[in-house]
Amino acid sequence: MEIATPPAVATVEPHSARRAMAPPSRFGDKAFEWLTLAMAMAVVVLVILLGWELWRGSSLAIKKFGFHFLTTSTWDPVADQFGALPFIYGTVVSSLIALLIAVPLSIATAAYLTELAPLWIRQPLVSLIEMLAAIPSVILGLWGIFVMIPWLRDYPFPLLKRLFGWTPFFTGPIYGTSMLAGGIIIAIMILPIITSVSREILRSVPNLQREAAYALGATRWEVTRIAVLSYAKKGLFGAVILGLGRALGETMAVTMVIGNTPQIAASLFKPGYTLASVIANEFTEATTDMYLQALFEIGLVLLGTTILANLLAQLLLQTMSTTSTTRAVQ
Amino acid sequence: MVNLVMATPERTVIERAERATEPISTSTSESAVPLTFQVKNLSVWYGEKRAIDDVTLDIASNAVTAIIGPSGCGKSTFLRCLNRMHELVPKTRVEGTVLLQGEDLYSSTVDPAIVRRRVGMVFQKSNPFPTMSIGENVIIGLRLNGVRNQKFLNERLEKSLRMAALWDEVKDDQQRLCIARALAVEPEVLLMDEPCSALDPIATAKIEELIHELKAEYTIVTVTHNMQQAGRVSDYTAFFYLGRLIEFGPTTKIFTNPSQRQTEDYITGRFG
Amino acid sequence: MHLQRADNHTWRKAKSGLASTAAFVSALLVIAPLGLVFFHLVANGASSVNWDFFTKLPTPVGVVGGGMVNAIAGSLELLALAAAIGIPVGVLGGVYLAEYGSARVNSMLRFIADVLNGVPSITWGVVVYGLVVLRFKGFSAYAGGLALGLIMIPLIIRTTEEVILLVPNGYREAALALGVSRWKTIVHVVMKTASKGIITGILLALARVGGETAPLLFTAFGNRFWNHNLSEPIAALPLQIFTYAISPYDDWHRQAWAGALVLVTGIFCVNVVVRILTRGRTASVV
Repeated sequence: MEIATPPAVATVEPHSARRAMAPPSRFGDKAFEWLTLAMAMAVVVLVILLGWELWRGSSLAIKKFGFHFLTTSTWDPVADQFGALPFIYGTVVSSLIALLIAVPLSIATAAYLTELAPLWIRQPLVSLIEMLAAIPSVILGLWGIFVMIPWLRDYPFPLLKRLFGWTPFFTGPIYGTSMLAGGIIIAIMILPIITSVSREILRSVPNLQREAAYALGATRWEVTRIAVLSYAKKGLFGAVILGLGRALGETMAVTMVIGNTPQIAASLFKPGYTLASVIANEFTEATTDMYLQALFEIGLVLLGTTILANLLAQLLLQTMSTTSTTRAVQ
Repeated sequence: MVNLVMATPERTVIERAERATEPISTSTSESAVPLTFQVKNLSVWYGEKRAIDDVTLDIASNAVTAIIGPSGCGKSTFLRCLNRMHELVPKTRVEGTVLLQGEDLYSSTVDPAIVRRRVGMVFQKSNPFPTMSIGENVIIGLRLNGVRNQKFLNERLEKSLRMAALWDEVKDDQQRLCIARALAVEPEVLLMDEPCSALDPIATAKIEELIHELKAEYTIVTVTHNMQQAGRVSDYTAFFYLGRLIEFGPTTKIFTNPSQRQTEDYITGRFG
Repeated sequence: MHLQRADNHTWRKAKSGLASTAAFVSALLVIAPLGLVFFHLVANGASSVNWDFFTKLPTPVGVVGGGMVNAIAGSLELLALAAAIGIPVGVLGGVYLAEYGSARVNSMLRFIADVLNGVPSITWGVVVYGLVVLRFKGFSAYAGGLALGLIMIPLIIRTTEEVILLVPNGYREAALALGVSRWKTIVHVVMKTASKGIITGILLALARVGGETAPLLFTAFGNRFWNHNLSEPIAALPLQIFTYAISPYDDWHRQAWAGALVLVTGIFCVNVVVRILTRGRTASVV
């Protein structure tokens, strides 16, 4: 195929606008892309910074105590002997108590919000849960000290002792500040996040699932249980692990109610201590280098466990659309 | 100006042997028509998928060229190759040449931003910037391209609004606002990607009238799936099917006496 | 299949109702702490929120009265420092994730940002202690601001990315088709269109770190007096609440309640502003 004619010279009129415009600069485009890339890489820098600083700050302690740091119970700053086992124990137990309380409540609430509640009540409830998430930890701790602890001491704890005093978990004197109180306050802190992530997960369950169950004549609850909850199992597990990550690192509120005593005791009425709490309480009092090193190492242990929990949670949640969960996560 | 009756370059494209039943007709124009675009052997791939297959086509200056064809025939892709907008889609590959006033648009020394200033575009879905006033919308191209002179900006604003027939009326016509915005940077060409598909009949009529008026100063290439519209507004029509240019010629010819069977079938509504 | 048996229909109906009720009670229990905390904040704190609270420095132990003006000012200063770090890095980083980069690298960065959002805030305090306090031999407002700023970065990156992805592609195309360069399109059109959402993300991040105590314990440290130099320790409202709450003095407890009421009111105000900003977000463009 041929081209007809060479292009005729177009009518040349003064292109004032074209002349007024600045030539495009490739430099600006490149510079902006590199600038934003550098800022996005900040997250990588931050991860390295976290690991490196904590490692560097605890290298002497790691060398001196080795693995014994994680398995021994002596915490004696005067003798420069440090073992983190009571803190690890306290962190694990208080977090488990928190999960035990928070998981059923959160998932039931999420199911209520997506499946069972009348439509008009859903949005206000979601807003209230978001507000609960916005309450700072220190304020919940303040409320814990002056309202929750006295109430627990006077009513639920004695009742628990009367009912379950025959088990090793509810024995001994009741002070109020205790492992159990710590677990309860952590539960309150992680309720909103588990609820909102679970809610996003249940919302992402395809409607086809529900319709299929309804078509079989299932009741509303049966649909929720069979079609929705079991379908979303994996995502809900992710939400729980995410809550666990938050529970492990929760600091202020738990520090204010757990009693801060490094001991390993079966009774949940006895005070305990967590990894985060010991850092919060003793960091500025660390008089010797080894003391500070030991606290840095506790920070490292805390970072390691929370990152592991978060990695696991993110992997479990990644099966879902990422954008819908991020809003809930934050 | 192009005299439509006298100067009618007729083009048909090479037909593949397996499809063509009649001999390939190459055509020549009877007179020297000023050309804005000369597209030679253009092929476009999105990844592995070939969207445009060896298209050769000339676009006359100060005329309206309509590109028609069923959805997915590559007409939008072809349009976007004329101002290098297709490059925004990752993994796009182009072969062949596109000459704008004789200059190769795809030469390595050509900045796509310059191409787009010379070849403006109006989109299917009107997209005035929601954070800006009407005036700001019109002159945003100039401002972001470094024009600071307020007096000049005001002049361009008025001129562009007048050209888009928005100066004297209620300025609620979003698509014409987009046209004014495209005109403000003084392009030579206006590409329109189904500009009326989301509009009601009254707004459509106004845009068509506007296209007719703008032809005096601009070369216009419009993609449309509306056959009646192509018939009303265009001087030349190109029919695309499955990424290939099936037939190209003066609109009157294409619509009354198409030389290809497929064109006829499409125009008469037998498929697509 | 037990679903298809009709004879126990009534029982199944009842079970469904029971489960719904249980779920409703769960929801009530979840929001109960919010109501209780709010009630006790007002009951215990309102009487101590007075003119003195906003204008006076804390009094020494045993002297009744005083206020938290230095802590309020300190919190605002720390937030300003944190914003200076967190906003530019977070917003531009979010722009990168939304506008540039390969899908693979970006999902990696996104993943890292999400993991960072789960790092306990106290570890940031420890890191900044090692990075700044030890190096410059002293607690300072800078250290506190840095700790809060670092916490803000991954938060803002994710919210910014999310709202920028919501900007319809038509606006990018419209600007690019005018021959506008990519970066000017992003800054003047895309970011401007998403500005409400970006600001929302920033406000939420500020509200979040504004209530943080743990990262300030050994960075900003707290101060009973005015801070005249940002390289000196500085007071912060959450820190002051913590110090007063664990003290043995009734008067300080009252001050702690008052401080908590003020802090929560501030945070809720920000949340209300955010709600107003995002109202009709689905209706309008972003």
